[in-house]
Amino acid sequence: MDDIFGIPAPLLFGQLLLGLINGAFYAMMSLGLAVIFGLLNIINFTHGAQFMMGAFAAWMLLEWAGLNYWWALILVPIIIGFTGVVMERLMISRLYKLDHLYGLLLTFGLGLIIEGVFRNQFGSSGLPYRIPAELQGAWDLGFMFLPIYRGWVVIAALILCLTTWLLIEKTRLGAYLRAATENAPLVQAFGVNVPRMVTLTYGFGVALAAIGGVLAAPIYSVNPQMGTNLIIVVFAVVVIGGMGSILGSIITGFGLGIVEGLTKVFYPEASATVIFVIMAIVLLARPAGLFGRA
Amino acid sequence: MPLQRRDLLLAGAGMAVAGAARAQPGPLRLGVLTDMSGPYRDLTGPSSFAGARQAAEEFSAATGMAVEVIVGDHQNRPDIGANIARQWFDRDGVEAVIDLPNSAVALAVSGIAREKNKVVLGSGVGSTVFTGAQCSPNSIQYTYDTYMLAKGTGDAMVRQGADTWYFITADYAFGHALQADTSHFIEAAGGKVLGAARYPFPATTDFSSFLLGAMATKPKVIGLANAGADLVNCIKQAREFGLLRQGVKLAALLMTVVDSISLGLPEAQGLLMTESFYWDLNDRTRAFSERVRGKLQGRVTTASCAGCYGATLHYLKAVKDLGPARARASGLEVVERMKAMPTDDDAFGPGTIRADGRKLTPGYLFQVKSPAESRGPFDVHKLVATTSAEAAARPLAEGGCPFIRS
Repeated sequence: MDDIFGIPAPLLFGQLLLGLINGAFYAMMSLGLAVIFGLLNIINFTHGAQFMMGAFAAWMLLEWAGLNYWWALILVPIIIGFTGVVMERLMISRLYKLDHLYGLLLTFGLGLIIEGVFRNQFGSSGLPYRIPAELQGAWDLGFMFLPIYRGWVVIAALILCLTTWLLIEKTRLGAYLRAATENAPLVQAFGVNVPRMVTLTYGFGVALAAIGGVLAAPIYSVNPQMGTNLIIVVFAVVVIGGMGSILGSIITGFGLGIVEGLTKVFYPEASATVIFVIMAIVLLARPAGLFGRA
Repeated sequence: MPLQRRDLLLAGAGMAVAGAARAQPGPLRLGVLTDMSGPYRDLTGPSSFAGARQAAEEFSAATGMAVEVIVGDHQNRPDIGANIARQWFDRDGVEAVIDLPNSAVALAVSGIAREKNKVVLGSGVGSTVFTGAQCSPNSIQYTYDTYMLAKGTGDAMVRQGADTWYFITADYAFGHALQADTSHFIEAAGGKVLGAARYPFPATTDFSSFLLGAMATKPKVIGLANAGADLVNCIKQAREFGLLRQGVKLAALLMTVVDSISLGLPEAQGLLMTESFYWDLNDRTRAFSERVRGKLQGRVTTASCAGCYGATLHYLKAVKDLGPARARASGLEVVERMKAMPTDDDAFGPGTIRADGRKLTPGYLFQVKSPAESRGPFDVHKLVATTSAEAAARPLAEGGCPFIRS
């Protein structure tokens, strides 16, 4: 059996693939954050809670309405996205003229409240959610068993990321959005309803978090704290990629997943720290992030 | 002279003192100090409160002695827990603090209770230090400790032939202790530990890398030295990657009936774990669960509910035996009486409390049922092996409890 750096090759390939899968989650989550920050200038600390709400909404649809995973994939982003729209209209929209810090505090507080409410309602130990029957089982790749569901997560994440990137970079709507970020009064003068566009953008970012939640529900414990652990890593991903950079957050998300996977092979104790070490180095060398504009 | 704010404050303080003085001969007051809002809420919290209230009601109905049970949330912070305990002892006339999941909080409160000569009835506290190096003559550890979990699972599984282990361990004191304790019993029973992966806590959500790494060593058992959401994630992902189909057993070193229900039987079936109570163990446990059901709001009877019930009931029997006035004067005397009297309650059956405060109770090794075997939402465990009460507790001499030696 071939060894690479003293690690059996199959184990190494397996870990690389797993890193890519985790990276898919990082990419999806940081994408939503980047969209929101890029266009609204709001650091959305509620993102973890919205990810969690996505997973819970999938569970509720299954338990209370009998709607399966595929329905959840369509309905949950719409429902949770709508709660985002309401939140933006009622609260966040009042803060655009103030310092970043106010938006951060508001969204952080909202995140804590939402988590608290879910914990009171559903307890802290989590709810069961199974992998849909169509995606159960595993492929034997020779060097490892790849669960079909994990493969699906990577494909779904790639499709979502590319669609979002195309939407913002290559369509007329995206051009309006980017123009509104640069100079909102001017775009408004051309007859574009900028406040509505901003509201919908926030809703879209939240919907991305919610889809992440639905995808995560069958493989992670569905509990009120599930977003909290992920969100810290995801913020590091956004900072490394460059705040507000769509492509940056996608590439960094997948890349850091792989780096983290490799760390788990060579020195597991450091696997949670490695991303922050990279973040510190990137901040020192390129304060705007790898893909950000200073 | 116009009335000043300071006078009002003084008057308020005076009334509070008068209130406390009046409360003295009133009902015997007990406080359940537990996790009502954090990660251990479902395992303890409201169900512990229900257990203590059940004991108080049954005892009051039988003897006519008035008992009041209040509840506090320590939020898993020793400073908050210690504050509440002080307030309860000094101002509210609480005679005993019950439950205390989270060993750090338990140790803090135990020190205060000793200083004020009150009583601690630990049910949720799992650290062996509680009846070891930091034991207190005013404290009882009723339900379980990590020694019992390690022995009940490690020793019993090796004896059944599952003798090569790999650990996935949360990288902090609790995980290390579970792994070390269990390794000790595995090796003592002739088994072998092949290795361990320590993952960063609490920042890990994906365990597939560690699980695949574990499989590379070809163990018969993967021991999960973690708890709560981490444990649930490990189990879900082990099933997803087909580990169990390859014949590996998963042993959860700290898992409860709540986790089995939360995971769902299709995911959890076949898992092994140790607890000291299960609602469907015998006629008496079933009767107890039936009685307490109205207080649990549709949730399963936890070991912590049973432990708070048993400990409170035994405490009240000792108070009655001693006389309420003497019991209020000295918590130490009540605990000594509790150790002198044999225990007997529906949740745990007959038993004894040892000199260091450890209630001797058997450790039951349970296996999670398959969906086909289960006849109801709470019918999740079957008994696989029993470690006797004497064997499940750490030998008295090994604990290093200071007041035992003297």
